[in-house]
Amino acid sequence: MSKKILIVDDEPNIVMSLEFLMKKEGFEVATATDGEQALAQVAAFSPDLLLLDVMMPKKSGFEVCEALRADPAQGGLLIVMLTAKGRETEVAKGLAIGADAYVTKPFSTKDLVARVRQMLGLA
Amino acid sequence: MKAKARFLLAIAVLGLLMTGPFVVTSFLVWVEMQETERKLLLDLLLSRLPIGTLMTLFGFAIGIAVLHNLFKQYVEGLRGMAEQLRLMLGANRNFRVKLQGPPEVQRVAQVANDLAAQRDALLDDVEARIAEANASVEAEKNRLAALMSELAQAVVVCNLDGRILLYNNRARLQFKALSQGPTSAAGGALIGLGRSIFSILEKNQVEHSLEIIRQRLVGGKSAIANFVTTTRGGQLLRVQMVPVLSGGDEGEPAMSGFVLTVDNITRTLEEEARRDNALHSLTEGSRAALGSIRAAVANLIDYPDMDPELRERFVKVVDDEASRMSKRLDQTMNEFTDAMKTRWPLEDVLAMDIISAAQRRIEDKLKLPTKTEEVDDGLWIKADSFSLVFALLFIAERLQDHYQIRDLRFRTVCEGKLAYLDLIWIGQAISSETFYSWEMETMQALGETSSLSLRDVIDRHGGEIWYQREKAAHRAFFRFVLPVAVPVTEVADERSTGRPEYYDFDLFKFEDKSIDLDRKLSELTYTVFDTETTGLEPSNGDEIIQIGAVRIVNNRLLKQEIFNQIVDPECPLKPESIPIHGITEDMVRGQPNIDIVLPGFHAFCEETVLIAHNAAFDMRFLQLKEERTGIRFTQPVLDTLLLSAVVSPNQESHKLDALLERLGISINTRHNALDDALATGEVFLKLLPLLEEQGIVTVRQALEASEKTYFSRIKY
Repeated sequence: MSKKILIVDDEPNIVMSLEFLMKKEGFEVATATDGEQALAQVAAFSPDLLLLDVMMPKKSGFEVCEALRADPAQGGLLIVMLTAKGRETEVAKGLAIGADAYVTKPFSTKDLVARVRQMLGLA
Repeated sequence: MKAKARFLLAIAVLGLLMTGPFVVTSFLVWVEMQETERKLLLDLLLSRLPIGTLMTLFGFAIGIAVLHNLFKQYVEGLRGMAEQLRLMLGANRNFRVKLQGPPEVQRVAQVANDLAAQRDALLDDVEARIAEANASVEAEKNRLAALMSELAQAVVVCNLDGRILLYNNRARLQFKALSQGPTSAAGGALIGLGRSIFSILEKNQVEHSLEIIRQRLVGGKSAIANFVTTTRGGQLLRVQMVPVLSGGDEGEPAMSGFVLTVDNITRTLEEEARRDNALHSLTEGSRAALGSIRAAVANLIDYPDMDPELRERFVKVVDDEASRMSKRLDQTMNEFTDAMKTRWPLEDVLAMDIISAAQRRIEDKLKLPTKTEEVDDGLWIKADSFSLVFALLFIAERLQDHYQIRDLRFRTVCEGKLAYLDLIWIGQAISSETFYSWEMETMQALGETSSLSLRDVIDRHGGEIWYQREKAAHRAFFRFVLPVAVPVTEVADERSTGRPEYYDFDLFKFEDKSIDLDRKLSELTYTVFDTETTGLEPSNGDEIIQIGAVRIVNNRLLKQEIFNQIVDPECPLKPESIPIHGITEDMVRGQPNIDIVLPGFHAFCEETVLIAHNAAFDMRFLQLKEERTGIRFTQPVLDTLLLSAVVSPNQESHKLDALLERLGISINTRHNALDDALATGEVFLKLLPLLEEQGIVTVRQALEASEKTYFSRIKY
């Protein structure tokens, strides 16, 4: 069974590329464009890994991450934060509230795919 | 014993000496004699008694004459000399004892005169030295005051109680700009000699810094403390504190006060924040767009065989994001150009000043005539004037050496945020290569070499320079493009007559804070004020239309520390009163009303004794506003009208005009609240010594004496 990835970002341009890329890599992909939608999708789609943008309307990526980490049912969910906030303080915050990885935009798609595969135990 | 009695006694003694021995001898001989012998002697003597008595009287007379003469010369002569010496000692230093009488007395007089001469020489010397010392102290004070007033930083000196002893013009302007509302409109009431610095700066912060300084002093470290504070108006001030130390010769130096240098860093911080913002928007803001582009491009490269529709969509992503980034870049540059360019400290200068400076040097040193055409006198630019003038000289000399120009003209043009400074000449055109080489080489002019090139100077200003021709006129010019400055409008001194009274070192001794009625009149801080009103009946609806006030600190009328505010009475002015106070409807319209002005005036009067001429009238107006504004004037009030009545009860008039004439005070105009307040202040200072003659020294005494005068019974 292929692994499931949920892509959460309010910018359709990056969502489109990531969706295409992850599908090509053989993952099952779903998308969300804001924080609330993301939480609903996590429940409905039950992904194995979340690519989560920080700056989003309604609920920020930090808030989504915190909410998910507070839910014991989602203990196994892997979270990769994708963000335009590159400051060390923000990286530290993302990791501190429970993200498994923190990737700063712009990033190399190859590296991202490699990272995702490794985290899902496919590498 | 009096001299006369002594003289009579001496005569008596002389008489006894002349007759005594004969009488006693006769008596003894008489006692021893037989009866016959006695009869024989009596016969013998009685017949010769007249001549004997005569001789004795004659001798006695001579004796008295000699005695009288001696007495006159020695006793009375010395007595007279003593009086003269007393005179010389006290009343008249230049008096000298007359040399007369016997030589001994004359010698004493001569020695006394010599002593007096010696004393005079010593006194003169001491006086000269004191005068010299005073003059040098005064000169030093003036130098300090002058130096302080020229400093570009705001400096305030306080004693340990936080009383302001000295401040400079910059501090006045800075705090004036900070103070809000009617106070600033009325002339910056917050800063003033003898006022508390704590009305401007947070007391806790100042005391905390004092504590730090004390600790550093004990620890032998350099005593300095810094803090940043926020004013009520939200401005940020960076304050540096250093102690004023005294008695440093022996033992521990004691702190007697402190010096504060204050910078308003609000603007600097805002600029830094703007720069930060620009940087942030360019970096973080680009990440997301770049991320999208990079991912889309990677897909396009990695999957060349994707279907054409999808490919089209990825190409569109790249296109979209790239144009969004360009737009953001333009926007950022537009918003933040000023913030990003002005790294080099540029000052605001008039373009005309730069041109004049360059003209003078070009004409003096290069002997090249110059002219100005269309120069905007009011154009301010941001410039490093030294390097800019040097650049102009450099070009002028080059043009003269290589192109033999006959004159050089200046022109300015203002285009929005940019100022053009043109350097125009008639004659041969220069090649762009030549100009390029001029631009890049190290500048030299008038035998001096700069470390900069023309390009450096231009870059330093965030500007540009180019060469342009006006072919029709056979002219060419270099155009300097420089940033336009919006000069901070500094408030001009309202009363800059003579040297400002921004310092008062006597306040170092000033310790007590509350108004003590038993303090000497000459030591207190006063607010002398006057109001102009719509009419004379406060309880009948007349209103205040102007408040003018000035402070007296340590017996000096501080003409720089004034409060002057026109008030909107919110009711029509009475036409008949307008010629008196000269305030028209136009002048009161748009001014703050009494609700706004009164708190400012109250703050201005804080911790001072109020003085007004016919104070009851003005106080009545203020009291009628108590209920509405909640502001009460509770300090003691002195009335110059009553004080004048105390000093000269027999004069008919105590009107201000009459007083001014009697006391020899001349002022500009009357019936302007501020001028009247100033006049009243002068009157009060002249009344002080006259009150002192009557034994009225303290505020309490002055108040009591005022109450007793007839005039105090007239009530409004």
